[in-house]
Amino acid sequence: MDFVTFFALAIPLVVVAVMVIAHPSPVYSALFLVMTLFLLAVYFLFLNAHMVAALQIIVYAGAIMVLFLFVIMLLNLQSDTLRTQRHGLGRVAIIGGVILLAELGLLLQGSSSELAESSLPENFGTVEALGSQLFTKYLLPFEITGILLLVAVVGAVVLAKR
Amino acid sequence: MVPTSYHLILSGILFTIGVTGVLLRRNIIIIFMSIELMLNAVNLSFVALARHFGNMDGQIIVFFVMSVAAAEVAVGLAIILLVFRGRETVNVDELNLMRW
Repeated sequence: MDFVTFFALAIPLVVVAVMVIAHPSPVYSALFLVMTLFLLAVYFLFLNAHMVAALQIIVYAGAIMVLFLFVIMLLNLQSDTLRTQRHGLGRVAIIGGVILLAELGLLLQGSSSELAESSLPENFGTVEALGSQLFTKYLLPFEITGILLLVAVVGAVVLAKR
Repeated sequence: MVPTSYHLILSGILFTIGVTGVLLRRNIIIIFMSIELMLNAVNLSFVALARHFGNMDGQIIVFFVMSVAAAEVAVGLAIILLVFRGRETVNVDELNLMRW
């Protein structure tokens, strides 16, 4: 990924992510989140993660966001404003966020330059390479993920039917 | 070529936006979306580091993070629906039944 591609993706990504939390209407927030997820999928493609990019679109932008929009429409929400809180949490949030960001920047400044980027194998991040790892080395976590999803589905149905 | 630190800084910015959203917004659904944003920021740093070290384990972790996020959203949104049916609100300031 060269610098032009990086900034062409990173700047819209940050703008759209800010719109997710800044827009008063939850429906618009959800749509901005879809845009964020799509931009991230493109970003993953440039980082040699083809399988992850495909999963990002199918799972996140497809399944999870549809669920979000369904619930928003079921709840019939009015857009709320970014009004100030009684306990001044907003100011704490902004100060904390800036400090966290500064810390991350300081940490990265010192450490990253020493590490040279290693060369990538031919099939890095393809469906085949990821799948063969997933079904051999990571078989047990994979099966446990299946059980986790089953439990989640049963739980969601039981809760929503009550 | 963009150095790996650029990807990590972008990931940090996205994570910070997510944290700010959780603390700033009072709508429980938007808080939920901010959590998704944070999970995606972490996924971005996993993918960037997987590429940096030429090791695919990072991308596999992303796969597991995604499935846990899917499970979390399914159960979480069911709980939100249930709460809304009982209390007719999604404002977290009004949902203070379990607050000390």
